[in-house]
Amino acid sequence: MSTVPGNELLTEVEVPNRAGARSGAVGKAIDTVIRSLVPVLLALVAGGVLLLILGHNPFAFYSSVWEHGAQNKAWQESAKRMAPLLLIAVGLIVAFRANIWNLGYNGQFLLSAAIISGLAPSLVNDLPLGLAFLILFLVAGAVGAIWTIVPALLKAFYETNEIITTLMMSFIGVGLAQILIKGPFQDPSVNIAQTKVLELDKMLPHIPGTKVHVGVLVALAAAVVVYLAISRTSFGLKIDVLGANPRAARHVGIGVKQLIITSFFISGALIGAAAAADILGVWGYIRANWNPAYGDTVIPFVFLARLNPLVVIPFIAFFAVLSTGGTLATQEVGLPTDFLLVLVALILLFMTVIEFLGRRRSLGQSYLTTGLKDALRPPGSKKKAPPTEVEEKPREVVR
Amino acid sequence: MTRPDQGSSRRDPAAAAPSARTAAVVELQGITKRFPGVLANDDISFDVRPGEVHSLLGENGAGKSTLMAILSGIQTPDSGEIRVDGTPVRIDSPRKALDLGIGTVYQHSTLIPALTVLENLMLGDSTGLRLDAAGARARLEEFGALLGVDVDPAARAADLALGRQQQVEIIKALWRGSRLLILDEPTSMLTPQAVEELYTVLGRLKADGLATIFITHKLHEAVSLGDRISVLRRGQMVGTLNADAVGSTPPDKLEEIVIEMMFGAAAADLSEVGELRVGGVEEADAAAPAGPARVLGEPLLELVGVAAPGVGTDPGIADVDLVVHEGEVVGVAGVDGNGQRALAEAISGQRRASGGEIRLFGAPVNRLSVLKREKLGLRYLTDDRIGEGIVGNLSIALNLFLKRIGQPPYWRYGSVRKRAIDARAEELCEQFDVRAPGVETRAGTLSGGNMQKVLLARELSFGSKVVIFHKPTYGLDLKTTLAVREMIRQMRDGKAALVISTDLDELLEVSDRIVVLSRGRLVGEVAPGPGAAEEIGGLMIGDVSLSLAGAESAA
Repeated sequence: MSTVPGNELLTEVEVPNRAGARSGAVGKAIDTVIRSLVPVLLALVAGGVLLLILGHNPFAFYSSVWEHGAQNKAWQESAKRMAPLLLIAVGLIVAFRANIWNLGYNGQFLLSAAIISGLAPSLVNDLPLGLAFLILFLVAGAVGAIWTIVPALLKAFYETNEIITTLMMSFIGVGLAQILIKGPFQDPSVNIAQTKVLELDKMLPHIPGTKVHVGVLVALAAAVVVYLAISRTSFGLKIDVLGANPRAARHVGIGVKQLIITSFFISGALIGAAAAADILGVWGYIRANWNPAYGDTVIPFVFLARLNPLVVIPFIAFFAVLSTGGTLATQEVGLPTDFLLVLVALILLFMTVIEFLGRRRSLGQSYLTTGLKDALRPPGSKKKAPPTEVEEKPREVVR
Repeated sequence: MTRPDQGSSRRDPAAAAPSARTAAVVELQGITKRFPGVLANDDISFDVRPGEVHSLLGENGAGKSTLMAILSGIQTPDSGEIRVDGTPVRIDSPRKALDLGIGTVYQHSTLIPALTVLENLMLGDSTGLRLDAAGARARLEEFGALLGVDVDPAARAADLALGRQQQVEIIKALWRGSRLLILDEPTSMLTPQAVEELYTVLGRLKADGLATIFITHKLHEAVSLGDRISVLRRGQMVGTLNADAVGSTPPDKLEEIVIEMMFGAAAADLSEVGELRVGGVEEADAAAPAGPARVLGEPLLELVGVAAPGVGTDPGIADVDLVVHEGEVVGVAGVDGNGQRALAEAISGQRRASGGEIRLFGAPVNRLSVLKREKLGLRYLTDDRIGEGIVGNLSIALNLFLKRIGQPPYWRYGSVRKRAIDARAEELCEQFDVRAPGVETRAGTLSGGNMQKVLLARELSFGSKVVIFHKPTYGLDLKTTLAVREMIRQMRDGKAALVISTDLDELLEVSDRIVVLSRGRLVGEVAPGPGAAEEIGGLMIGDVSLSLAGAESAA
């Protein structure tokens, strides 16, 4: 029995279309919206204060982010950025809902990306383009899925902690990707360690009238399909049961081993597909030591969306705008692009705080803790506030 | 004889006979405690005097635990006053409670298993750097003499039988000179012999002038042990029967009065309540249907030499031979932690049997999964409602259907049919009397009793034939308990039941025959009847005491 970081959040997951009690549904929805949006707003405010301290005008900075990320044609760049982010987010949601902490996304992503980059140049020339893309997406998914086999089997049969095994496999995957890029997939015609560059007309086609590749549609479709699978099918219910109470899953006769392996595979496959969308849609090649670490930035939004694949879409859109617009905006004012990671970290921080306060409130207590109340009390009254703590049982997740 | 470490504040033991004139050790006045949506304690006044046992009786959720938590410093009341020796005090931490002389023995052991008895006792002596082991040993000896028990200071807590552990807990509660001892459901985990010992210990403490609050939901315990009896109902104090009344009323009459206090006037007529009143052997005899004369059907569940591994501290089972016939209710008695869970899980399929053969309806099922056995009609009502029975995040409706995920007509073409599920769930909730705002209510918000009803609805419906009941009434209030036992009795109608319980009264009441599980083996079989409880008790502890003797001689 052990508690895993993050399951605090997981226990709050709303089951879509399922637990939706009629009474107070609106209030509950508002509450959920507040709990999701307030951390983002607070992070922007705190980031603004930070900008002020650094001697920049926060309003100018944020409007510059908006200008470079969403206005005119910039939204198309952001939309393209969404494709890999959303596919990874949905992949993580499948695993996280089952209480499986697949933290090997970087290895799964980069290994798929390397293999796709290596195979694509010859495939798109030898096969009809549509078929080539289909095969490449399937290969990418398969590579991502295969890279979860070791953690999946170890967890299913020996209850090995997947946080450790997926991280280890991630390092191996990243390393293996470098070997592939510098070895068999190296473009012999250039001196830099990178794969052969796809010709522009051999990349994923654009959505008519835009410069946004169709990979974005694949990602949106994946989000909808996973949402339906989670909310409507027996598979979705099974992973929710496994995620919420693994002992109950065993007790009610769910094939826990198969389910762990299946969830891992789906998660890995979606993350692999993210690599295909990004390489075939945006980059056309992969360079050694390139690691966008999309997964790391996606995780806070996955939790803000309460592991709901539809709700995560606007959050990912927000981050896509922030990262495309922010990259330019930070360069303009001479900040390192790492400032964007500071914003993400602030979101994570405020999310934790809001979650804690929300938990207090749903227990019927005041938003303020006893200590805070005492501190805020006018100096005249010496009386201590009566403790309002309800003894809260630590939530346990049996693993 | 005086208890060790008792200062001058204690009254002369000779004058300890309870009377209205004796000043109370602890007095509660107008205690109110509110939780979100619940008024746990509503204006409760209560006192306990030196040299008396004050029984506090009430159903689950009546507010007993809250009241105790307030006295032991875990909760603080919203309003009301607590007086110790007439002085108003504020008990805002368990340490404060101990400082004021209030010691509590909780239902579940709080001893640290890896430490010895003496080390456990010295944990509270955190003044100064040096541990005074010699002094502590002498103190323990004094306490041992006072309680009339012989505790080996060097024995590891984990090696002690539950009854002995509880004696150590009592000593721990008194260790720093308590004058009030609170016992929370002290008999729930004990063998009949250990209960007898507890009674003796409490008698001696009483004679020594200690005030005791005895919290229970078992009527016969409250009546046989209490000098005064107070009854709580829905957070309110219904009343207190004083010492004179308790002393002068015959036990039968007293129980009737108390039942009326617990459930209201109408409930006293309920015939079923009578069955539970004494919980003794005679009542059980009356409840059991015609014994050996009844013709049994085919064997539905058979275990031949079954062995299953233990998990962690939970022991396994070995060489278990057992047959449950159609129309039969077989009880499995035993002290908790003697392989009950391994037995239940081996049959249900949650744990792979490492030897022997398990047959359902004559066919071996060793290799079948939980789900396949379930489809044959085998059900397992788990003892761990929250831990593995219920998924708290999900609705009642879905919890009712967790064992038939993906099956028609509730799932069609891979898609859930919410309306079919909700309709059937509503029927089941009505049939099993689940009290909830609706089937969409999150199951985790239900009370223990309603949760158990949800589980019963799940296990007893949808074509169940053989049901394993594991501690089916543990922690439930009297009314639910009665309902559950009635459901078990109804299994005789063409089905079969295996009832695993640590509550001997319950097994005597519902079982056709009782097997005794000790250290993972079946050590005997007993038919309910006069003397059965004692016989089972002997079988239950037989092996345990042997092992204890072995451990002590080894030490």
